[in-house]
This record gives sequence, structure tokens and C-alpha cells, in this order.
Amino acid sequence: MLEGIFVDGLVFSLMVIGILISYRILDFADLTCDGSVATGAAVATMAIVNGLPIALALLLSFIAGVLAGMVTAAIHNKLKIPGLLAGILTMTMLYSINLRILGNKANVPLLRVETIYTKLPQFFTVFSPEWASLIGTLLVVLFVKVLIDIFFRTDLGVSMGAMGGNEQMVISQGINPEALKLMGIGLSNGLIALSGGMLAQYQGFADANLGQGMIVQGLAAIMLGEFLFSTNRISLLTLRAIFGAIMYKALMFFGRKYGYLIHITPNDFKMLTGILVIVSLFIAQGRSLASSKGAKKKAIARSIARHEATLKEEN
Amino acid sequence: MLDITNMTKVFYPGTVNEKMAIDDVSLHVNKEDVVCVVGSNGSGKSTLFNLVSGTYPLTSGKIIFDGTDVTNSAEYKRAMTIGRIFQDPTKGTAANMSIEDNMITAATKGMKGLRISLNNEKREMFRRLLEPIGLQDRLKDNVGLLSGGQRQALTLLMTVMSKPKMVLLDEHTAALDPRNAQIVMDLTERYIKEYKLTALMVTHNMQFAIDFGTRLIMMDEGNIILDVSGEEKSKLTVNKLVRLFKSLRNKTFDSDQGLLTKG
Repeated sequence: MLEGIFVDGLVFSLMVIGILISYRILDFADLTCDGSVATGAAVATMAIVNGLPIALALLLSFIAGVLAGMVTAAIHNKLKIPGLLAGILTMTMLYSINLRILGNKANVPLLRVETIYTKLPQFFTVFSPEWASLIGTLLVVLFVKVLIDIFFRTDLGVSMGAMGGNEQMVISQGINPEALKLMGIGLSNGLIALSGGMLAQYQGFADANLGQGMIVQGLAAIMLGEFLFSTNRISLLTLRAIFGAIMYKALMFFGRKYGYLIHITPNDFKMLTGILVIVSLFIAQGRSLASSKGAKKKAIARSIARHEATLKEEN
Repeated sequence: MLDITNMTKVFYPGTVNEKMAIDDVSLHVNKEDVVCVVGSNGSGKSTLFNLVSGTYPLTSGKIIFDGTDVTNSAEYKRAMTIGRIFQDPTKGTAANMSIEDNMITAATKGMKGLRISLNNEKREMFRRLLEPIGLQDRLKDNVGLLSGGQRQALTLLMTVMSKPKMVLLDEHTAALDPRNAQIVMDLTERYIKEYKLTALMVTHNMQFAIDFGTRLIMMDEGNIILDVSGEEKSKLTVNKLVRLFKSLRNKTFDSDQGLLTKG
């Protein structure tokens, strides 16, 4: 039961890391996510249904996501329109593409085929099937996390972080920011689609509407994670994203389980997620206000102390 | 080194806001020239810099830098050999990253690869380079924590570190307090000498423009109205410069005098 929350959260965390890259590291509000997560699910599902190995299916979803992200970045780069609008364009177009990938069906089940979640219990036979799924997913997520951590410590990765902070600086260092965006948004959506590919296998089907509202859920997870601790180190940023993803899924789980007590149904979850994001932003704002108020108090206390000290000296 | 011929820039052409910012300017800068550019606000100094560094496209004319025609090349490509420092200290560094990450980005120009080149040997080198500006023990600190003067000094260091052939200094000390401005200016002078840099520098301080560098250019209404170098420049005084400006432009000087501080 509880293992389920963790598996769900870990699958979701791949997407949250993707959103972390676009939203926090590149400072690019990318809405492609809602489309590319469904693309990843569709590609993986069709690959598996057609008998391709699972690893290859996941690789294909990653590549499909990279391509989707690059389309968004290319629209933004070449037409000089805001990233937000470029993302909405790609997301909308992807809806049609996803239906095409799924063979013009809105929903394709993964029944009577081998998926990662039927194979894992066979692989880790010493554990119960739930634990086997959890350990397998954890290994996949850790593998991706470590790769991302290493990538953002390379020269290329550092320059991507620099672009998120100050685009002019990157230009001044002779780097083409358009190329960085193409790669960065590509990578971000690759991870999001990979998460979609895992999700389809976990829930046993791919759905063209899978991605609806995903970006807001991802942001909610990032913001939940940010309450845990503050850092600027990439390894801790990704770790925080994973924690945030699990926390979000746990919240949703308990909402589903006990929500009926206060008449909350799963229909209300999108509303609640939105409110969660707003509340998180509100609290974050309150915190910075509180710390500046604290600084003010301290400053006043210091000047009073100094004043009294000089009075004493004069006496 | 830098050859500008008949360069013109018109903003908002064909609208009521049409403005001729640079009017048929030609300028030749030799290697190791240190050129001070003076002129009142709106005279076209910053536009000149923006055109040379490629922020804006030219309306007409040609820019040849170091033997290659760069008139139509992108800003990031020109930045490979032209370093630029802005008036705003936040423009040259990324505030969300540590000093060492900023420096590793500047250590080599151009698109980066998948190597991790930040190692202890590099850190030692950075520490040595940071010593003159007193930041040698703060490699891991975020740049956002530094003061404007420290950030501008770091920007300067990062710019010369990548060995540009020419540097454009756009009033790079104007946003700093006098003490920090002096520190950054001394560093500038030191680096220009040490690395034999060619430099163009905008300043509002006329005394400084006379004392510093090998050449002085005065701009007004998109034109270069005065260009002195060598002995002629060393004989200049602020009063002479103001008289020259008056006679060249024959206009009331009251409004401009405030802008051109005597320092």
C-alpha cells in the first residue's frame, strides 16, 4: 500500500526533475510538459505492444520528449516569442501527434504484455512484488539523478545554469544561448517523457489526456520540496525534487483515502493542486518578509545597544 | 584592429519616433590603442558600443575587426574576441552561481563540452587571480552575495581571463562609489598594460579621459566631432576641451556642462 505511494512518487519525480531543469535552472517557463509526458507514455506503450524491449521503449520515449522540447526551443529562438507561448503551441500540437502515435485511439492498454512492472517482481524474487517495483523504480530514478547531477557539473551544464541566471553573461562568453536552450529544454522534456513512459507501464495504459495539468502538479512538487531545505548545489536540488514528488503523491493519496470525510473527491484534485501552489508561493513570500522583518528588528536592537553604550561612556 | 566605415544606425525607421543615433561614422582603432570616448547623454556612445559588439544590427556601413568582416555576425560570435563590460554590475556575472562556477564559464570562450574542468588546480589558479580583488577565500560563495564593486572587479577579471583582443568598457565604474570605482579603474589600467589590450572606454569624467589612455574621441549627435591622440592629447585640459566643444558645436553649453563632470 505505502510502497505504492513511493513508486508513484518516484515515477513522478523524473518529471519533476525535468520541470526543475526548465523552470528553475534555465528560468524558462515551459508548458510543453503537458504534451510531452503523454508523448512519452504513448511511445513507450506502442513500442512495448509491438514487442520492442522495455529498455528500448523507454529510450524511445526519452528521444521523443527531447524532440518535443527542441521544437518548443526552436519556436522560441527563431520567432522570438516568449517561451510560455512556444510551449503552449507545442503542447497543443502534441495532442494530435499523441493520438496518431496511439493509432487514433484515446487509450491503449498494456494488457498481457511484459512491462517493467511485471518484470521487476520476477527479477527481485526475494522481495514481495510491491517492494520489487519500488526497488527497481528507485534504481532507475537514482541512475537518472546521478547522470543529471554529473551533467550540471560539466562545463556545458554550468553554462546552462549561467544562462538561467544571466543570459547576457553567456553571450559575453561567446556561447550561443539558442543552442543552450535547444539542449536544455530538450533534456528537460526528455526526462518528462521518460517519466510518462514509466507511468504508462505502472498504471497499465497510455492515455492521450494523461498530461492534463501535469505542469502544475510538477510545480507543486518542486515547491513542496523547497520547504525542506535551501541549497544551490545541483545534487541537493535534484534530491529535493525527488522528495517533493513523493510528498505530493503522498498528499494526493491521503486526499483520496480520507478526503471523503470532508466531501473531497478526486475531481477536486486539480483545484487543490492549484491552491497548493498558490499557498506555497504565499508562504515563501511570507518567509522572506519575515526574515527581512527579523533583520530590521536586529538592526534596531543593535543601534539601540550602541546608543546606550555611548550614553554610558559619556557618563 | 577595428575598422568602422560609414556606419549609420537609425532607430524606428519610418515611424514618428525615427532617430538617427549614429550618423555616418568612420573610425579606425589601432592595436593597443586605449581610446576614451566622451560626450553628453544621447550622443551615441552606447549605440556605438552596441553596434561594435553586435547587440543591434547596422542600418548601413561596415565593421571590420582584426581583418574579418563582422558586420553581420552574431553578438555571441563577436564576443569570442571582443570583451565587454557594462555599467550595470549585475550584467557580467550570474548571481545564482558560485564565483568558481562563474570563472570556469569564463575560463574558455565559446560553446562548452561535457568535460568537468573545474578541479583543484583550476581553483588554485582562480584563487591567485582573485587575490588582487580580495575574493580569494570566497570561491564557493554565490556571486549574488558580492557588492557592486566586487562584482564589477570580478567581471573585469573574467573578461581579461578569456584573453580578448579588444575590450569595450561602457562606463563600467559609473555605478560604483568613488573608492570602489578607483579600485576597479586601477585594475583596468593594470590589466590593459599587463595583457596589452586594445580598449574603448566610455566615461563622463573629462579629466580622467584626458589623463587615461592614448586617444580621446568626443561624440555629439551621432558624430565623432573630435579625435585627438599622442602629444596633442597630453596637452589637453578640461577647459580647453570644453572650449573646443563649444567652438565645434556652437551651442549653449549650460545643459551639457552638468553632464560632463570635471572630476
